[in-house]
Order: sequence, then structure tokens, then C-alpha cells
Amino acid sequence: MTIMRIIIPRFVMLFFVVFGVAVITFIISHLIPGDPARMIAGDRASAETLMSVRRDLGLDRPVWDQFAIYVSNLLHGDLGTSLRTRRSVAGDIATFLPATMELGAISLILSIVIGIPLGVASAIYKDGPIDQVARTISVCGISMPVFWFALVLVLLFYAKLHILPGSGRIDMGIALPTRITGFFLIDSLLEGRMDAFWSSVRHLILPSAVLAFANLGVITRQIRASMLDVLQEDYIRTARASGLRRRVIIFNHALRNALIPSITLLGLALGDLLYGAVLTETVFAWPGMGTYVVTSIQTLDFPAIMGFTVVASIGYVLINLIVDIAYMFADPQIREIG
Amino acid sequence: MMSVASSTTQSVAAAAGWKSRLHFFWYLTRRSPLTLVGAVIILMVIVMIVAAPLIAPYNPDKLMLSARLQPPSALHWFGTDEVGRDLFSRIIYGSRASCVAAFMIVLISVSIGVVIGCMSAILGGRIDTAIMRLMDVIMALPALVLAMALAAALGPSLVNSMLAVAMVRIPAYVRLARGQTLSLRERVFVKAARTFGASPLYILRWHVLPNAMSPIIVQATLDLGGIVLIAAALSFIGLGAQPPTSEWGALVSTGRNYILDQWWYCTFPGLAILITAMGCNLLGDGIRDMLDPRLGGR
Amino acid sequence: MMVAASEILKPTGQKPAALTIDGLSLEFPTYAGAIKALDDVTIEIGASEIVGLVGESGCGKSVTTMAATRLLPEGRYRVTAGSIRLFGRDPFAMDETELQDVRGKLVSTIFQEPMSALNPTIRIGRQLVGVIQRHEAVSEAEAERTARGILKDMLIAEPERIMRAYPFELSGGMRQRVLIAMAFSCNPGLIIADEPTTALDVTVQAVILRLILDRAKRTGTSVVFISHNIAVVSQLCDRLYVMYAGRIVESGPTRAVLEAPQHPYTQALLRCLPERVEPKAELEAIPGTVPNLLDPPPGCFYRPRCPEANDQCFAKPPSMAPAPDHIVACWRRETIQPSIKASEATQ
Repeated sequence: MTIMRIIIPRFVMLFFVVFGVAVITFIISHLIPGDPARMIAGDRASAETLMSVRRDLGLDRPVWDQFAIYVSNLLHGDLGTSLRTRRSVAGDIATFLPATMELGAISLILSIVIGIPLGVASAIYKDGPIDQVARTISVCGISMPVFWFALVLVLLFYAKLHILPGSGRIDMGIALPTRITGFFLIDSLLEGRMDAFWSSVRHLILPSAVLAFANLGVITRQIRASMLDVLQEDYIRTARASGLRRRVIIFNHALRNALIPSITLLGLALGDLLYGAVLTETVFAWPGMGTYVVTSIQTLDFPAIMGFTVVASIGYVLINLIVDIAYMFADPQIREIG
Repeated sequence: MMSVASSTTQSVAAAAGWKSRLHFFWYLTRRSPLTLVGAVIILMVIVMIVAAPLIAPYNPDKLMLSARLQPPSALHWFGTDEVGRDLFSRIIYGSRASCVAAFMIVLISVSIGVVIGCMSAILGGRIDTAIMRLMDVIMALPALVLAMALAAALGPSLVNSMLAVAMVRIPAYVRLARGQTLSLRERVFVKAARTFGASPLYILRWHVLPNAMSPIIVQATLDLGGIVLIAAALSFIGLGAQPPTSEWGALVSTGRNYILDQWWYCTFPGLAILITAMGCNLLGDGIRDMLDPRLGGR
Repeated sequence: MMVAASEILKPTGQKPAALTIDGLSLEFPTYAGAIKALDDVTIEIGASEIVGLVGESGCGKSVTTMAATRLLPEGRYRVTAGSIRLFGRDPFAMDETELQDVRGKLVSTIFQEPMSALNPTIRIGRQLVGVIQRHEAVSEAEAERTARGILKDMLIAEPERIMRAYPFELSGGMRQRVLIAMAFSCNPGLIIADEPTTALDVTVQAVILRLILDRAKRTGTSVVFISHNIAVVSQLCDRLYVMYAGRIVESGPTRAVLEAPQHPYTQALLRCLPERVEPKAELEAIPGTVPNLLDPPPGCFYRPRCPEANDQCFAKPPSMAPAPDHIVACWRRETIQPSIKASEATQ
């Protein structure tokens, strides 16, 4: 099991990263001007109340103790209490996470399904009309302010044309599907409620189009670049000199090798997707983590902001770990000798 | 066989001095007109920043309560806002906040990143390891989420959001500068300088930095477009420039309240962001392609 | 004069020629003008004939053969004159599908970079089977059997193990054998060996070249050996073509060219060989550099480096003309004495 020699250091790194997140969020929450106890207790709280809140939060103890408490709480899944909703941040995030994951997953699938063929075609017909179109799309996607694109689509399809809904996950009049996975598309199908399913689909179209478009630019550009690299490799020339069919060369020989380096970039693109989701959700009032964190930012709800940061960071790191391992399995040179 | 053709082209370009090199750049520009488009956009933005008072037809902060939320017309090209300020003038002046902020972010993160990266490479040993592990940790985190948290903690303002974004961009430049320094240190002219007894700082200043800068500048140009978007996005969610200031992201944010009836309010500032970011990306791609020897002959 | 040239060039075999290139001129357009890569190149490779193509790197050897198989990047080059016949057919009249049928089946190429010429993510066996099944209507098992057989012919002791391996698990010499096996796998009529051993150890080189030669002799396959090393090629080939700056400067039966080289460039190449020089004597290098093909000098391309050049060489490029037993493109051929005596040349 030589591959463990590579995976184990990754897990050690993961530990450091999680610890780093804890340190950073802890420092950030201590940078906040103002007294957190007063924020919780309210402006008119008495001195005794303030003291007791302080004691509850551990604010009367030395910084090191506070950090130890913070880390131990994190390890127990306790992210503190939101100042705004007065509920546990962990619970809030659990409520809002599926909406974000549904939006993110659909957008990711859309951008991959369109982006990879577009990137491949662009590389094969380099400098031709398809390439020009693909490059224009990708530079637009990369340069597009996500929040503004979302607003423009709302303006067009909701305000002017009235053909698609401009906010929320589902129509007002329709009862929410029973929460099983938290994904409306799946839950409504499990329940057999087609009205809820189609309503969710209609609500997903605009936000996922916005998010997918930004990601599409990145994916198309990446696939194009690595296809161009691979197509000028010697083994492609060997394949051509052996008379292999063009289709076989492109899909079996070139694309396979072009996708391997793209896997790691996919993991990094998830960071952009997360940030794009925050902006998209804000515009579409999508009840996910993005809307939650922006509302928290606007109301200076620091436990919620830090809780979001911790969860998002750990999720991001975990996904990248999985992506790295997938990369190792895709590359025979690493898989076979490690 | 491609290699034969391209290497010949390169050697021709390299051998023939500046005149041919100018010709070579012109040829590349002609082959990728998009680079030219990018350059023209950036030039226009720079003119806009420098000559804002000359271009803007109105004082961007002058209230005209009688002309609130006017649609685009000959008088107000991009219409007016909820207190009658001319949106065209506000967008022209907004370039100062938006683009200068983006530029400052890149400048701060490049300078700090290069200093840390070069130091790390020169000091070596445990300090180097510690610095690089720290950078690994920061880079493993979702940068923008971190910037949002940081900006929120520092308190919403343009300067704070700039600092926050600059902070999370530093590790990329640390890595780049460190790698460049390490590889340059092994080059003959640096070794030669060392045998003459040149001090490490002297070597850094006169041998390493000038040679390490070109890939760093390419990276910075490529980053600039993304940073323009991030700065605007932070303003949009209320973390950056605050409303009375005229800044593109903040203008879109306010314009959002009027989206159903006053389409122009958030459309034009957003278009300005899109075009500026596109200019940076097109120009950055073009510069990279010109400096990339592998692409030189193509 | 042309009649005489073609008389001498006539290949020895009775069957139709594998490859005929007649007066081929080809250029690469670039921003600074066209690079004239080939100028009036005429080559004929008969059936079952082993032919060498010799010259410095960049002289157009590979361009010549890659033009014949149309492996040059489409749209990046222009054929300005001449014609090519590959087993009687014009590759420039074929569409992409026909070319794919010809490549690997009628003509195979062995390239010089064994380290990078195999796909790193596909097992050797699959790569071989892929080529065999592309050209022969055989089952997977049969194709595998064929692949194993050829690998064994390449003196590979455990073909099963090699077929299961990925390229990075093999040494350079082993990979080159796999590439040779791949080239021979569909019994092509012509093999183009483009510097097949340049990247390998000297000890491995001889073995690899022998493998190609033996198999070609046994199956009656024609081979073009491309090399910058005239010594290596001369031991393998029936006939030689010497190229300089996109032109053929001398050609003929190997023995004739080696024993009485007429062109100053061929003579210089032979003088550069360490094994031909007296132990204490100085090893020669050819002074000067290859001309810039963007803006070639008038007259003979070798003139700037040629010790024998006179006014005639400035005027116009020399055409191919007969010399004893072979042909040569040089204005001064009558006056130049072969500087290497026949007794020295034979080893």
C-alpha cells in the first residue's frame, strides 16, 4: 500500500489546516471592536447580566483558556449561538446547507457538461470559429461580476418577460416537500409531488445559470489549455502515425491525459463556486448558506460569520483532499509506484 | 515537427534585435486582436481615472431632487439615481474607487508576498519551512470566504476590504517569489556574484529581483481582473465602499432596490465592472502568451 | 543530365517503389516570411530497400518523411512544387480517413523520443492492441497474441509483463522496442525510422538498429533510416541520401558515396567521424553555420562554408549530376579530389 505514503501526509496537513482555521477565526473574532457580551445581552442589560453572560462565554478567562474552549467546542460541533436568530449556528447551517449544495451541484454539473466539450472543441479547432466563440464565452464568464449578471437575468426573465421566478426555491403557494435529503428536487420526487418538483426546477434555472456561467469560463479555459498541451505531445504523434482514428486519438488518448491535471483545478474551482454561490444566493434570496452569511455580515452576527467560515473552510479542504486522492488514482504513475 | 518550425521562428525573433521584436509583438497582436481590445480598454479606464473631472458632465455628488430616477437621455446618458445625481458622472468617478482599490490590493499583496518569499528563500532552513507551511495552510482555505470574514471583522469600509483581499492573495506571490529566487540562486551569474563577495541583500536587489519580476508581473496582471470583481463584490454585499461613495459595486447594490422600474441604475455600473475586468483578462492573457516561449512561435 | 540521374537512382528491386518524392519543395510561412524547409528534394525508395537519409539536425530530413505521411501540422506549411507517391498513391490527394488507413498499415514511423512517444496513461498492451485492431479485422485475443509475438521478436523476454506495464515502468531501450514492435505490428511496406536510437545508450543503439534491420529484411519491408550520424547509417543501408539545408546534395549506393564522396559537405561529414581519424590527429568540425532558410544565400547553400567555392557557386544552385557511380549537386565536382581514399573508407 504505497499509496498510503501519499495519503497520510495529506491527512496530517488536513489537521494543520483545520487548526489554522480555528486560529484564524478565533483571532478574527477577537479583532472585532466592541463587547460581544453586550451584543448578546443587549444595550440596556444590567452590569450583573453582562458579567454572567461574560462568564457563560468564558470571556473573563485568559486568552489561552478561551482558545482551548473555542477549539473544544468546535470539536464537539458547537459553533456558538447566532446573535440574530438566537439559535445554534451549527443548527442554522444544517438548515441552510442543502439549499446551497443543491444549487452548487446543479451548477457544477451544468458547467462541466458544457465546459469540457466546449474546451475540447476549442482546442481541436484552434483559431477556428468554434475556438473564437468558446474563448469569448470563457473570457466573459471569467470577467462577469456574478451579482450583476444575476440582477440582469432577474431583470430580463422575471421583471420584463415574466417567464421565470426571480427569488426563492419554490413557489409561495406550494407546500415544501418533506425534508428527507434537503434537496427539493430529490425530496419532491421521492414524495411523488410533481408540482413541487417543477416549481423547484423553475426556481433553479436562473441561479444555476448564473453560477454555472462563471464556472464555465474557468473550466473551458482550463480544458482548452491542457488539451492544447497534450495534443502536441509525442505520443499523440505516435498515435497519428499509427493511423488511429481521429475520434480515438482525441477521446481515448488526448482527453484522458488532459483531464488528469484538470482534476486538481476542479477542486480549486469549488472555492470560486462557493464564493459565487454567496453572491448568487443574495440576489435570488435563495435560502442557503450564502444568504445566511450575507445577512449575518449585514447584522454583524459574528458567531454566524465565523461558523460559516469554519464550515466552508473545512468542507473546502475535505473536498480538495478527495480530489487529490482521485487525482492519484487517475494518474497511473502515482497509482502504481506511489 | 512543429518544434522545428517554432524553434526556428523563435531564434529568428531572438536574433534580430528590438526592431524585429517590435515586429514580432505587432504580429502577435494582429494574430490575437483580443489583446489589442484589452489594451484599449485598460487605456480608456486609465484615462477615465486620471481625467474624471474633465470627462464627467456633472458633479457626481450634486443632488438634483427635481430630476430623480430619470431614464437615460441626451442630458443624462446613463440616467439619474434616487436623489437626482448623474449616473454617468458617478460611474466615471467610480472608476477611481473601484480600479484604484483593485490596483492597490495587487500592489500590497505583491510587495508583501515578494518580500516574504525572497526572505524565505534566502534564509532557508526552519524559518523557510515554517513560512511555507503557514502559506500552505492559508492557500488550502477558500480565499474569498476568508476575506469576507476578515473584512467583516475589520468593519465595513473600502480600505478594510482592500486589506482583507490583499491578505489572502499574499501566499500566491510568496510561493512564486520564493520559487523564482531559489531557481535564480542556482544560476551562474548569481553564483559568480557570490564569489566576488557580494552581500545577500545586494544580490537580491541587483540580481534576483530584476529577473524574478517578469513572471510575477504577468501573474499580477492576470490577477487584476479577478480582483476588480472581488472588490466590487465585497462592496455589493456591503463590506466595501459605503453608499455615499461612488463605487461600481456599491452603485449596483443600491441600484438593485430600483431594479423593477429603473433598469438603468444597476445595469450601467455593472457593465463598467464587466468591461474593466474583461480588459484586464484579455491584456493579461495576451502578455502571458507573448512572454511564454512555448507559445512564441505559434 | 536528368536522364542520367534517374538512371543511377533507379532502385534495385523489380516491384513498384515504396516511396517516390519528386522535386518536392515545401515551406513554413511565419511572421517574418517563409522558411524554405525543402527545395527540390527527390528521393526514391524501392521495395524491400534500406535507405539512409543523412544530414545535420534541421536540414529537412524529418520534414521530408513527415510530408510523405502528411504528419506535418496541417495549415502550417505549403508545398510549392513537386509530388509524392506512397506505394503509387498521392498522399495529398487522400482525405483524412484514407490517410489513417495508410498510416500504420502501409507506412509506419518510429520516432526518436522513446521516453515521450508512448501514452503515459495507457498500458503497453492496450496501445499495441489498439493499433493492430485498427488495421486488422481480428479479435481482441488474436490481436494480443500478435502483439506478444512481435514483442518476443524484439527480444523482450516477458512480453506478458511488458504488456501489462505502463510506459513509465520501462527503460528507454525497452520503450523503443515497444515502439518498433508497434511500427511493425501490421506488417507495413515501409518503415520510417526517424533517429530511432539518438536518445539511447550507445550499447543499446546497435541492438535496436539490428532489430529493425533483421525484421525488415525478413519481411521484405523497406526502411528509411534518418540520422545525423553518417557512420551509423552507412552500416545499415543499401543507398544513402545526404541532405544539407533542405536540399539533397549527394546520393547513391552507400559504398560509392563513402568511397568516393564528391560533395565537400559529405567529405566534411566523413572527416568529422572520430573512428575515421588517426589516433593522434585532430578531430575536425565543419566551420560556419547552417544558412538561415528564411533568407537563404544565393547560389549553392553550402558555399559560405565550402573551402572550394568559386564565382560559379555564387551564381546559381547546382543541380544533381552524375559522379562515379552516384550523383552529386556541386559545381566543383570535377575539380575536387575525394579527400578520403577508398582504402581509408572501407573498414
